[in-house]
Amino acid sequence: MSRKIVVGFDGSEAAHRALEFATGRAKAQGDSIVVAHVLEWSPYSFLTPNELEERHKRRNEELSRAETAILAPVVAKVEAAGVSVTAVLKYGHIAETLVQITKDENAALIMIGRMGHSGLSSRIFGSVAGTLAQVAPVPVTIVP
Amino acid sequence: MTSRATHMLAAVIGVTLLGAAPALAQGIDAVFDQYFGYATGWFVNIIFYTFNIFGYDFPWIVGWLVIGALVFTIYFGFVQFKMVPHAIALVKGDYSDPNDAGEVSHFQALATALSGTVGLGNIAGVAVAVGIGGPGATFWMILAGLLGMASKFTECTLGVKYRNEYEDGTVSGGPMYYMTKGFAERGLPGGKFLGVMFAIFCILGSWGGGNMFQSNQAHAQLSNVIGEYPGWITGVIFAGIVFLVIIGGLKSIASVTEKVVPFMGVLYVGTALIIILMNLNMIGTAFGQIFSGAFTESGIAGGAIGALIQGFRRAAFSNEAGVGSAAIAHSAVRTKEPITEGFVSLLEPFIDTVVVCTMTALVIVITGQLVTDPATGLFVLDEAGEAIKTLDGSSGVALTSAAFSSSFSWFRYVLVIAVVLFAFSTMISWSYYGLKAWTYLFGEGRTKEMIYKLLFCFFVFLGATIQLGSVLDFSDAAIFAMAVVNIIALYFLMPIVKAELTSYVSRLRSGEITKFA
Repeated sequence: MSRKIVVGFDGSEAAHRALEFATGRAKAQGDSIVVAHVLEWSPYSFLTPNELEERHKRRNEELSRAETAILAPVVAKVEAAGVSVTAVLKYGHIAETLVQITKDENAALIMIGRMGHSGLSSRIFGSVAGTLAQVAPVPVTIVP
Repeated sequence: MTSRATHMLAAVIGVTLLGAAPALAQGIDAVFDQYFGYATGWFVNIIFYTFNIFGYDFPWIVGWLVIGALVFTIYFGFVQFKMVPHAIALVKGDYSDPNDAGEVSHFQALATALSGTVGLGNIAGVAVAVGIGGPGATFWMILAGLLGMASKFTECTLGVKYRNEYEDGTVSGGPMYYMTKGFAERGLPGGKFLGVMFAIFCILGSWGGGNMFQSNQAHAQLSNVIGEYPGWITGVIFAGIVFLVIIGGLKSIASVTEKVVPFMGVLYVGTALIIILMNLNMIGTAFGQIFSGAFTESGIAGGAIGALIQGFRRAAFSNEAGVGSAAIAHSAVRTKEPITEGFVSLLEPFIDTVVVCTMTALVIVITGQLVTDPATGLFVLDEAGEAIKTLDGSSGVALTSAAFSSSFSWFRYVLVIAVVLFAFSTMISWSYYGLKAWTYLFGEGRTKEMIYKLLFCFFVFLGATIQLGSVLDFSDAAIFAMAVVNIIALYFLMPIVKAELTSYVSRLRSGEITKFA
């Protein structure tokens, strides 16, 4: 039975490792991959009048940049490996949005890389991996 | 040149200089002030013309704003009370499509508009109102704030409905656009004329009340705390920072200000609440003074009517409802329903006036800054007989400072930071409003925009450097002239808002518009 694996992908080294790991698994088990890129965004942030005016324009620019520079190359790479793949691009809180994408796609697994932050910063700000481990509705694989 | 001619020239210069000496002693400022007064006095007099009610001078412009607010309140069936829960749900994002994440949210539009209005009016203006009008002014101020919510609702709905959306995805909105497009849509003449008039007043207001007044008062508060020093120092620093932001494109400063200002606002209201709680035994007396002062003779100059004028005036000065400035800030929101931004914007006068201004007033009243006569219970007037005597004789921002410091002595330093930041965020907002009006008149273009921005920086410097009564009068007058033009337009365009309101409310009831899970 073919399942979907959501891979949280931010273009980092760790994300590439996670995607490679997921590709290997998917190939072995006949699963498909959803490459999910989340642009960090809070609707409760504070913006200047100028930023408000240009927001829609900037958003379009950010989306097309993420599409061409981050998603397109890796999607092609996964396809070349012979695994069926789609890409999702969204704004929002990273962990919460990954959970939402998992629900929307009806996926069976989440795989993410680990940035390796420890200590104070992750204690204060939390980490995506830590949050996902607590709130994800499906099993989460964290690739070191 | 012969030596004789040289001597003559020297003599002529000498005589000229001698002749000029008294003028120099009098100060270039004063001369400039005088001529500026001659040139603009008539305009100031028209805007602040007072008529006589029961023997009291009542500025017509205050009546104009309050009557406008009252008309919108009744016409829209008390929308500012009925729709508050819905407005809060909109700000929380309950009705926002998650696929629109990354676009300007209702919260962001509201926060940006608020940081343009929460400013010195809330801190200094309220102290002036309570100092002259007594605690009763607070009651009228709250009432005017509640009515003003309907004006904001009207102008911000129109601001979003008739904004310009350009191909590159940027948006421009504001009264000049709804005047032009809205009047054309209704087949009414004069929209373009109103738009041009509004834009002119908006540019003048952005240099005056939104700029010179702010840097002037920020300098006053700074020298109040650190000690007297020349205004040009503040002027150069402020103008330099504003230059970096609006011309240098150094967005980080503006971003930091936008983030710190809400925090300062919360700190200000929080401290006020703590002071009120600390004086809980006085709260009955304070509210008693506020209510009795609103309707009865309490010893202030002008009695209850004096309290009413001061309260109405400060509310209008502070929340800018009906002025049209907020319609520019709110118009960038991403929504398919213009009226939703109207609902959100009606929270603005509530937060600005009913919450923040009221806190200032309560702290001044509850900490007993205003001196009463123990025998009669009436307020004692100061030597000039125009304002109530205060404990340490201060007025304006110094009175607010004294009231807060009576409980927490360190708060005067927090207050000076708050004043500077509020002034700065108000300047950034108004530089944007003015620029929008400028490009409406002259078109967009680097050079044209640069001229406006350089002039803006110059006025920041000028505002802190000189004390020009007539210039400040004129800048206030320009902001209120915006309201004259804007409210005329709102009267003509309010049926459009009504149609939007009826349609939206019926779709909300039928369940066609629902929350996103």
